[in-house]
Amino acid sequence: MSRRTFSIGGVHPADNKISRECKIEVLPIPETVYIHLGQHIGAPAKPIVAVGDKVKVGQPVAEPGGFVSAFIHSSVSGTVKSIAPRKDLAGNPQMCIEIAAQGDEWMEGIDTTDTLITDFPDDAKSCLDKIKAAGIVGLGGATFPTHVKLTPPPGKKCDMLIINGCECEPYLTSDFRTLLEKGEQVAIGTAIIKNILGVDKATIAIEDNKPEAIKHMNEVLANLRKLSSKYAGISVLSLMKKYPEGGEKQLIDAVMHRQVASGGLPIDVGAVVQNVATALAVYDAVQKNKPIVENSVTVTGECFPKQANLLVRVGTPLKYIIDYLGGMPADAVKVISGGPMMGKAIANLDAATLKGTSALLFLTAKQTARGKEGNCIRCGKCAEACPMGLEPFLLNRLSRAGGMLDELEKNAVQDCIECGCCLYSCPANIPLLDVIRQSKAQVMGVIKARAAAKK
Amino acid sequence: MSTTIIWTIAIIALLGLVLAVVLYFVAERFKVVEDPRIDEVEKVMPGANCGGCGFAGCRAFADAAVKAPNLDNNYCPVGGNEVMKKVAAILGYEVKEKAPMVAVVRCNGTCEARPRINDYDGYASCRVKAALYSGDTGCSFGCLGCGDCVAACQFGAISMDSATGLPVVDQEKCTACGACAKACPKAIIELRPKGPRGMRMYVSCVNKDKGPSVKQACANACIGCGICFKTCQHGAIVFENNVAYIDASKCKLCRECEAMCPTGAIHGVNFPKPLDKEAIKTRIKERNAKAAEAAKAAAAAPAKVEPEVKKEA
Repeated sequence: MSRRTFSIGGVHPADNKISRECKIEVLPIPETVYIHLGQHIGAPAKPIVAVGDKVKVGQPVAEPGGFVSAFIHSSVSGTVKSIAPRKDLAGNPQMCIEIAAQGDEWMEGIDTTDTLITDFPDDAKSCLDKIKAAGIVGLGGATFPTHVKLTPPPGKKCDMLIINGCECEPYLTSDFRTLLEKGEQVAIGTAIIKNILGVDKATIAIEDNKPEAIKHMNEVLANLRKLSSKYAGISVLSLMKKYPEGGEKQLIDAVMHRQVASGGLPIDVGAVVQNVATALAVYDAVQKNKPIVENSVTVTGECFPKQANLLVRVGTPLKYIIDYLGGMPADAVKVISGGPMMGKAIANLDAATLKGTSALLFLTAKQTARGKEGNCIRCGKCAEACPMGLEPFLLNRLSRAGGMLDELEKNAVQDCIECGCCLYSCPANIPLLDVIRQSKAQVMGVIKARAAAKK
Repeated sequence: MSTTIIWTIAIIALLGLVLAVVLYFVAERFKVVEDPRIDEVEKVMPGANCGGCGFAGCRAFADAAVKAPNLDNNYCPVGGNEVMKKVAAILGYEVKEKAPMVAVVRCNGTCEARPRINDYDGYASCRVKAALYSGDTGCSFGCLGCGDCVAACQFGAISMDSATGLPVVDQEKCTACGACAKACPKAIIELRPKGPRGMRMYVSCVNKDKGPSVKQACANACIGCGICFKTCQHGAIVFENNVAYIDASKCKLCRECEAMCPTGAIHGVNFPKPLDKEAIKTRIKERNAKAAEAAKAAAAAPAKVEPEVKKEA
């Protein structure tokens, strides 16, 4: 067992990875897909198709709407039915391209075979262009455009690439299955990213509750190293299971023993972190010319009749996925997009999946019951659990007082990663994160406005 | 024994005298000269320290009012014109009278009209709820019902109506300080002129979605049909983003829009008589018919208003 982990805070929720034996299964193509134009952090994409246009799988349907933005591609072949606002997972209207599927005709030039291509171009520029054209965004949850992240600002040097295979959220198994079933592709994708960044070292970090994945990746890398010297310097690192190990800053701490300063970026300490699924997407883009049109989604929950890891086309309606697996369980009261710690409850089951959708989790009334909120007894458990070294009890009080944004900023509310460790550890059932999250958003707004005013 | 007492008294008296002299000179040296009018102004202020004027409290307002060249930018919404007249008298300024305002809740999505489509079990705060998602009804613009406005009101003027799930403003207690309007994350609460004898008209909805989806979400919503806009003879209706808004400065309180609104989204309050929809509708019909005739007679051009009359009737 590995003892290596991040240095402060963290909690140990039961991992409940009940879908870990479920192989990634291809979900049949739905009749209609709804492709959101805001699938990434940053400016929403601008549509480049019109209603009535015929599109093929992998054809770009929207172009970046700014520097931090990404291409979006059609995930099915068919006809564009409408471009109109539609309610997203949270019930807020978002611009959507509705495409009715007919057949499954891919764009020319996309390699849809399973043949493994181990040799990749050395030219970083062409790889980056392919990544940008493929609309790749960070699939670990933040959906930050990858081509932006792989272009470090001038003067900053990257020392190590970290591939995040921690999947520290309970229940989720899609990254684990990807490592097991598409380990070669992930390893090649890692080598491509490593080559783009021009770093010597890359680490695939995996938590030790996934020993099969660690073993498999070590074997894969040993085989690849025999093939080419391009695969030298990539290693697998086993980390102690602790939540939120997969948090970018926590992972850098665990792997490199370096801490990202408040307000800083990973590149400031010489690190670039990419998710396993992103590495796979990079492989697909560079080696197969295949943009992100599908992603793997874990569908799980004790009350759900059938656990599954599905390869889902982007924009598949949630209802379609649920119906495919046998319908909504009667005792499920909450459906969460993502894991139970950081995922968001879905308010609208008519919504469709996004590139970054990693899981659908079904929970019963008993599992989601909130205890009665008590008084804070200053036990300090939240401060102990916070992986960012914040004082959630204090932030909670400041947030509830209202209007104390200066004090909140002094106490670094903007560093909160919204991991939920404070809420999880509070014995008084105080909804700490709920309260802190919105004051963080307010403070971030103030900081952004200040930065804009400076310019 | 007596000498001890005498000495003690003498020393204490001497000490007191010396310190008094020192304190006198210190006080003279570090004297803060403050305009006495600040105190006077503060005395006539309501003393609510609500911040409705934009300053930290009544004293801060008094300070700003004294320093300002006129009273154009300083107005105490709580004290209203009466207090401002007193302030103006002290400072020798002129005061521009402002119409008394009142907070108006522009959401009419009662529990029956706006069915809940999911349950919210998080922290009961509108701010938190709004940050998480669109809300527990189909309407993403409407009242979230957690009562942030109630908590923000220092005057006890807002309460939640448990039957409708909406906040109710007590217009007698409301001072129009605007705290509730600031607290509402959905910007539903607006400060509007109280109107003559409290009579006022407003659109009780802020939903910017298009008609069909609005109707699905809430039976009382403004569906953006534009009938009120066409009906209004005074140009008081501003129609933007699929929702109507009544410009209080132009509204003549004729209640025609209220009578014509198909969903009842337009509210008129404090009118002495209940709304007689039929009478108003007949009045509009007659007026439109006359206008059509006049238009026909004048230019023999095709009457423009006619199809509308048919549609409305």
